[in-house]
Formats: sequence, structure tokens, C-alpha cells
Amino acid sequence: MRFLLIEDNAKLADAVVDRLRLDGHVVDHAADLETAWHFTSTTSYDLILLDIMLPDGDGRTFLSRSREQKSNAPIIVLTARSEVSDRVGVLDLGADDYMVKPIDFSELEARCRAVLRRRGGESSNVLMLGAVAFDSLAGTLRIGTTETQLRPRELRLFEVFAKAPGQIFSKTALVDRLFSYDEDVSENAIEVYVGRLRRHLAGTDVGIITVRGLGYKLEVT
Amino acid sequence: MSRASLSVTTQGSIRRRLLFALLAGAAVLTVAVYFMVLSVARQVAQESQDNVLSASVISILDSARFAGGEVIVDLPYSALSMLGNVSDERVFYTIRMGDEFLSGYPDLPEAASSLVGAIGFHSQPFLGEDVRIATLGRPISTDTGQELLRVSVAQTLSGQQQIIARISRTSVAIGAGLFVLLVLLASLIARSTIQPLDRLAASVSRRGPEDLRPVAAPVPSEMEPLVVSLNSLMGRLQMSLVRSEDFIAEAAHRLRTPLAIVRTKAEIIARTAQDKATTTGVQEMIHAIDESSRTAGQLLDHAMVTFRLDNLSKEPIDLNALATATTDRVRPLTDLKDIEISVSLGTPVLIEGDVILLQNALSNLLDNAIKYAPSEARIDIEVIKAGDQAVLTVTDTGPGFPREELETLADRFARGSNATQVVGSGLGLTIVKEVMEAHGGAMTISNSERGGACVRLSFPSS
Repeated sequence: MRFLLIEDNAKLADAVVDRLRLDGHVVDHAADLETAWHFTSTTSYDLILLDIMLPDGDGRTFLSRSREQKSNAPIIVLTARSEVSDRVGVLDLGADDYMVKPIDFSELEARCRAVLRRRGGESSNVLMLGAVAFDSLAGTLRIGTTETQLRPRELRLFEVFAKAPGQIFSKTALVDRLFSYDEDVSENAIEVYVGRLRRHLAGTDVGIITVRGLGYKLEVT
Repeated sequence: MSRASLSVTTQGSIRRRLLFALLAGAAVLTVAVYFMVLSVARQVAQESQDNVLSASVISILDSARFAGGEVIVDLPYSALSMLGNVSDERVFYTIRMGDEFLSGYPDLPEAASSLVGAIGFHSQPFLGEDVRIATLGRPISTDTGQELLRVSVAQTLSGQQQIIARISRTSVAIGAGLFVLLVLLASLIARSTIQPLDRLAASVSRRGPEDLRPVAAPVPSEMEPLVVSLNSLMGRLQMSLVRSEDFIAEAAHRLRTPLAIVRTKAEIIARTAQDKATTTGVQEMIHAIDESSRTAGQLLDHAMVTFRLDNLSKEPIDLNALATATTDRVRPLTDLKDIEISVSLGTPVLIEGDVILLQNALSNLLDNAIKYAPSEARIDIEVIKAGDQAVLTVTDTGPGFPREELETLADRFARGSNATQVVGSGLGLTIVKEVMEAHGGAMTISNSERGGACVRLSFPSS
């Protein structure tokens, strides 16, 4: 996905850009509103992350102006203020969602997914893997005429595999993707979810293969 | 801070003091009027009696003549009848010439006249009764020369006293009527004097807690210093409220931005580190950062809630809509843990409240439920109307409140302990409890039959 990050704190912005790139996203960074306007007028973004306190104005003016200009890029507001009134206010101004700093990136991913799902999924979100049609936004696997609804964690796990067929993922890496840091889980928990995915995929040409000592990978036979 | 605790030591009442002063004045005035009427009446009664007495004396004197060597006095019938017939008065007379007693009651004393030819009056007891005596002398020519013929007429005072008694009764009635009138007038004056004060008090207490505008209504000049001070106090209060709001926002910003940097960097390290020790260490760091930002968030929330509770402004809120919106907000978080969250709505339930505080309270409850419930747990939110109450329950299938914590939490709340003692889930619940109490509702915590935590919020429905 292509992100625009509007955040004036340089250290935080660098960290967020690096972190999002780890997940394979393309990120542009604007440190003030003027730069942000320049970016949005030349590029179309899948998602905009907007800070409220900016050197040349309030993030809320960006919100209301971009809604006036019928820009339909989803905007998630990043706020340091805990005041709920503030958060409610940004929703009224047309923000799709808000998050309170510090950002939990798995929560950000979940919120992005929810925002994109609300905005209505596009056909480009359907990925064909052999005979299996995977809609990452709706969280469904369609095999022939039967459609299976994945639970949120199954969906995230399958997404990791589906984006890089053939790549081996260690259990540690998968735990990282699936569980938040305040959950105390053993790596064996991954086996449960892999098991569930295998049941959903049973009888198709798509399989999740155990690579002994290394982890798992998705294979289309 | 509740309204009931804002008591003021009062001393006396201006209205009462004014009323008492006016009533005392009215009483003094009434007594004075009574005695004045009485003394005038006495004087008038005496004057009229004196007039009749002098008419009688003069008519006797007029009838006196000297003929045939002796003084002849024809007592005119009218001279005494005008006195005697008035009531049951007794009438006495005496006629003397020089030192010689001529007729009447020899013992009847004479009233001395200050002037020759002027009539004299005198009151004194005679034959066991008070009498009024009128005496007039007139020179009369006799064969032996000029002699002074003196006539005295006396009348008992019982009739006059009766009249005075009657007038006195009347003047008591007049006094009582006057007093009643003055009392009415006094209370009217007291009320109209106090009215500007009452009006000011009403206009100040009627305004909402967020209305800190200066008093604009015209006030009497005596109240100007008070109103000027009040306005300046409200100005300062407004400024300090704005400052504390700014402070909360600034504190949040200062706390959260560095935490955000550290957490993001730590996530990058956790994702890219090659050795397990680093990964585990950094994950523990992230866990600690999350804990501290959660606590900071709750402390800031608590400050915000306290701030808003002091300035509570209520509006009608649909509890169903509130539950739905708040639940939708946390859905991405429940997705992360495969927690199923469901809202069951009843009939539309309207309550009066501050939507931001209530949303904060409900978010706190849901945050707790999500934090403590395991993966694939269920969280059920139910809104029902039970009698005249609106009830919102949040039940989860997690481990529930530890038994001892359930007791200590309830105990802490009962003691109304402060935030510092209950950081963590306790602070979240403290916030919820404070919000509920400010809305005239209540929070009860228990464990459901299935063992999960169950928090019940009940509101008086509007």
C-alpha cells in the first residue's frame, strides 16, 4: 500500500516510515501541511496518517479541506491527545479513524483493514492462488462455489503466506505478525492456526508446507 | 466536587433584618398614634364640656339682675338642662356675691380665673366624684355699689370619661388596622429591596456550569462591587479551566510522542533482530512501553474526566447508539485477538449525559475486557430498559475478576480512594465509577455465571 505520513516530529516520522516499509508499504513523509498538500495533489494514496499538531497549522484543517475537495483517500488521525472530545471531533470532520500514540502497528494494520473494508473492497483485493480466490479485505477464501469466512487471525496468517508464496516464515516471525506484544504465547500457538488453514484448504491445490527446523511456506501445486 | 459540599456560613438575613426594623418602626408609630388620638380626644371632649359649662354659667349670669334691694337670679331652665340631659351627669352650681353665698351648693369650690372677666375652669373631686367646675364673675350694680356676682357650674366627668373610653377603643382599632397595614407595607418594601439580590442570585445559579460569562444584567449601584468581583472571579476561573485543559493536552503530547518513538524503534528491532535474546528483550520492552502508555492514558483520562465532571453539561443520548459506536471503535482490536464482540440492543433508551464522558467510560470497560480476555473469547454488550432504569452490561468470557480483587475493588470504590492507589484496571474502573455517579447512575462489578467479568452500568432513564 502507498501511505502518506504527515508528522512533524522527525524522529517519530523516520521510525514510522521504517516500520511501515518493513511490511512492504511505500511511504511518503510530509513534515508540514504545505508539503502534504503538494504530495496529495500529485500522488494518490491508499491511506493517509495525519498528526494533529503541525508547525504550519492544525491537522483538522487538512481533514476538512481534503473532505471539501472530495479527496477520498482514507485518513487515520494519529493523536497524542487523550481527550476523547478531540478524537470524536476528528471523526466528525471526516477522519476514517483515529489512533492514540504510541502506535501499535498491528492495531494500525487492523484499523487500516477495517477502514478499507468500510470503504468497500475493490476487485484488485482478490488474489488468485491456484484454484483458491483469496479476498483479503472481506477475509474470504473461495474455492469453486464454496466461500469460507476466515477468522481475523487466520486471515492475517494466510495473508502473510499468500503475499509471498514459496517464502519460508519462521514460527517466531509468524508469532510476531499474529499476536500483540502483551500476549504471552508460545510458538506452538502458530501450529493451531496453521492447522485451521490447512483444514480450510483441504482438497485444493494450495497447501501450507512444514519446512522442518525452519518454519512454514505456502505452495501451489 | 458536588454541589452539596459547597456550603456557606450564613449569618442573619437582610430580608429579616429589614423586616424587623420596619416592624419595630411600625409598632412605635402605632403606639404613638394611639396616644395622640387619645390625647386629642381628651382635649376635644374637655373643650366641648367647657363650652357647655361656660354657656351655662353665662346664661345664669345673664339672667341676674338687681331689683328691690336684692339680687334676683332666675335660673334659666336651659342653663342646667343643657348639662343634665346629656347623660346621667350630675350638675351642681353655686352663686356667690362678694363673700356672701346666695344659692346652690355652698361647698362647691370655685375655679380661680386668671383674668377678671375671663372664665376659669378647674377639675377636682366633689362629693365622691370627679367634677369639672366653670366659674365666671361679673360686676353687678347694687344699691350699695358695685358687687362681683360669681356663678360656678360643675358637672361630673363620667360622661366625658365614657366618651374617652369609647374613643380609646376606637383608637385601639385604628392602631391595630394601621399596624396591619404597616406590616404589609414593610414586607412589600423588604421584598422589593431584596429583589435585585434575588434576581442576581437566580441568574448566577441558573447558568450552566460551563457558562462563565460575566454577569450582564443591570444591578443596583450598591451591588456593583460584589458583581465586579464576581465577574473577575469568573474570568480567572475560566482562564484556569482553559489552562488546565491545555495542560492535559500538553502533558499528553509530551508523554506520548517519546513513547511513540521508542515503541516504533523497538518494533523495528523486534522484527529485524536475528538472535532470539534480542527479540525477547525488545518484546519485553514493548510490553513495558504499552503498560506505561496505558497508565499515562488512564491518568490523563482521569484528569480529563475530573475536569469535565466539574463542568458537567448533559444532553440526551441514545444509549444504543453510544454502545454501537463505541463497540465499532474497538472492533479492530478484538479482531486482533479473534475476540467476538456483540451488541444486543433493546428498545431505544434515552439518558441524559455527557457523551464524551460516557464514551470514555464504556471504552475503558471494553479496553479492560479486551486486555484481560483470552484469544477467541466473547464480549457481550447488552442494553436493556429495566423499569425506570437504563442498563448497559458488558460481560466477557475471560477469567473474570480474581475473587480477592473483586472484594478489594468494591472496597476501594466504597472508600472513594484516589486514583494513585488504583492504577491499572482499577483506575479504568474508577473512571467508570466516577462518570456513573456524576450521571446519577451506578456501576456494579461481579463475575458472571460462566466465570467472566461482568460490569453493569445503570442509569436513570429520561
